[in-house]
Amino acid sequence: MGQTFSEKVLGRKAGKAVRAGEVVVVAPDFYLSHDNSAAISKEFRKLGVKAVKAPGKIVIVLDHIVPAASEEYAQNHKTVREFVAEQGLPNFFDIQYGVCHQVFSEQGFALPGKLIVGSDSHTTTYGAFGAFAAGIGRTEMACLWATDEIWLRVPETVRIEFRGKFQPPVAAKDAILRIIGDNGADGADYRAVEFGGPAAGEFSLAGRMLLANMAAEFGAKNGYFEPDVTTLEWLKDRARAEFEVVRSDPDAHYEKAFSYDLTVLEPQVACPHKVDNVRPVRAVAGKRIHQALIGTCTNGRLEDLEAAARILRGGKVHPQVRALILPASAEVYRAALKTGLLEVFAEAGCVILNPGCGPCLGAHQGILAAGEVAITTSNRNFRGRMGSRDSEIYLASPATVAASALTGVITDPRTIS
Amino acid sequence: MSKGRVWKYGDDVNTDVLFAGKYTYAALEPAEMARHALEDLDPEFAKAVKPGDVVVAGKNFGCGSSREQAAACFKYAGVAAVIAKSFARIYFRNAINLGLPVVQSVEAVDALETGDEVEVDFSAGELRTNKGTFRFAPLPEAVLGILAAGGLIEYTKQKLAAGAK
Repeated sequence: MGQTFSEKVLGRKAGKAVRAGEVVVVAPDFYLSHDNSAAISKEFRKLGVKAVKAPGKIVIVLDHIVPAASEEYAQNHKTVREFVAEQGLPNFFDIQYGVCHQVFSEQGFALPGKLIVGSDSHTTTYGAFGAFAAGIGRTEMACLWATDEIWLRVPETVRIEFRGKFQPPVAAKDAILRIIGDNGADGADYRAVEFGGPAAGEFSLAGRMLLANMAAEFGAKNGYFEPDVTTLEWLKDRARAEFEVVRSDPDAHYEKAFSYDLTVLEPQVACPHKVDNVRPVRAVAGKRIHQALIGTCTNGRLEDLEAAARILRGGKVHPQVRALILPASAEVYRAALKTGLLEVFAEAGCVILNPGCGPCLGAHQGILAAGEVAITTSNRNFRGRMGSRDSEIYLASPATVAASALTGVITDPRTIS
Repeated sequence: MSKGRVWKYGDDVNTDVLFAGKYTYAALEPAEMARHALEDLDPEFAKAVKPGDVVVAGKNFGCGSSREQAAACFKYAGVAAVIAKSFARIYFRNAINLGLPVVQSVEAVDALETGDEVEVDFSAGELRTNKGTFRFAPLPEAVLGILAAGGLIEYTKQKLAAGAK
């Protein structure tokens, strides 16, 4: 019987053939952390080790609350900068770069066949480039800094195949929301999810990053797209290291397999307060909203902003809606500036935020009051995430959020001419 | 081995309700973290929880963010164990790495309600409760050493010390 992608990557690192269910102790290729690097550095100090073991593997991006929104946050960032200087860490990206997952990818660390861990649950994003990438906690990141070793269980694999063709404005977000709605928030708990099939090419790199990112929302340890010409072309001038594409064998064992027809898919929305509470947009159309957020590490790439701008161009945001634009990175921001997208948003009455995590995790830049409703392109709608525990969050595609921003109510983008 | 009182919750208890994102870089002291535990699901919990109490919940406990405070706030509140039908994987790792015991038992969760009493016996793999005794499977061997050391920091210190000799 053949091996899955995950069995191969973890087996190579462990130096032996492994099967799903085994626990291996491995040395990852790169490890990501963000504002939590300050807390990690405090744990690291408890270990009594002076220097990190592999400085070149550590990638730190400040993104969660940038620029610092309070003195506490400012101190937190300062602690990180001091640790980076003290340890001579070469891969540090301060507040001007953007959300860690976008920056990590743009900077060429997310590479095919690599083993990557990050102290952020959406570390799964790098599976879009054919890496094995999983989220971990802070304490184990501190120990990883000291030892360059971590235990991982080799996951079973679920395969999701796509066929057909998107009917715009239906897009990748609608596909992943439908998948999560069908499989539940723990539908892939502890498992690897491989995305593929005849219509895998329907997903741009931005779409693949979105799917791998949101694999975390149905419990997956990692998501994976097999690298293709598009992947290799994008990596050509970015890759930080040599890499080798790793694929599942044709006779690999999958625990489950599903197939989705993109042609028949319609716009979807995840309703409060769970990501798997998914319904077609038309079923909740007309619900009044107060805030619309377009961007984040989920849907803040250039093609996402383009999809929103197609709807907002020449229009005006509803006077009782705050529409926030949050590009995933400075690179995206500059591209949106050059291509005139930011002008479209500004003309429509949107508030353009600096790249970062922003209001997605409810720390600053657009907190919800009790009784308020937000529709957002981000990845989580848990109770209280964006502010008051008595607010509501709906998750949808950039097209659906843009359409809703115009009308002031949840709106199926197919009904906007 | 102390007897703890049960606090019972449903499926998919997520990290945002366990410990809200707005506190992740603001509430840093253990006592303060404990005060915000489970705030957005049950504001009464942090006020009334007693050391030795046990949280019982359905499937996919701790889903969402990798934030370790979602486990740490329980530890600092004195929660003796979390018993759930299943755990989200990063929460499971974080709890063990911090030395917060986690127990998987569908039967116990179905039987127990808020206010019941539970005694967790890890060496015997037993939950002794006023609703009966439930057995649970031991944790994977790879993680038992971490729990035995009292968490990953201590475990790693021991390992580093052994390696330096």
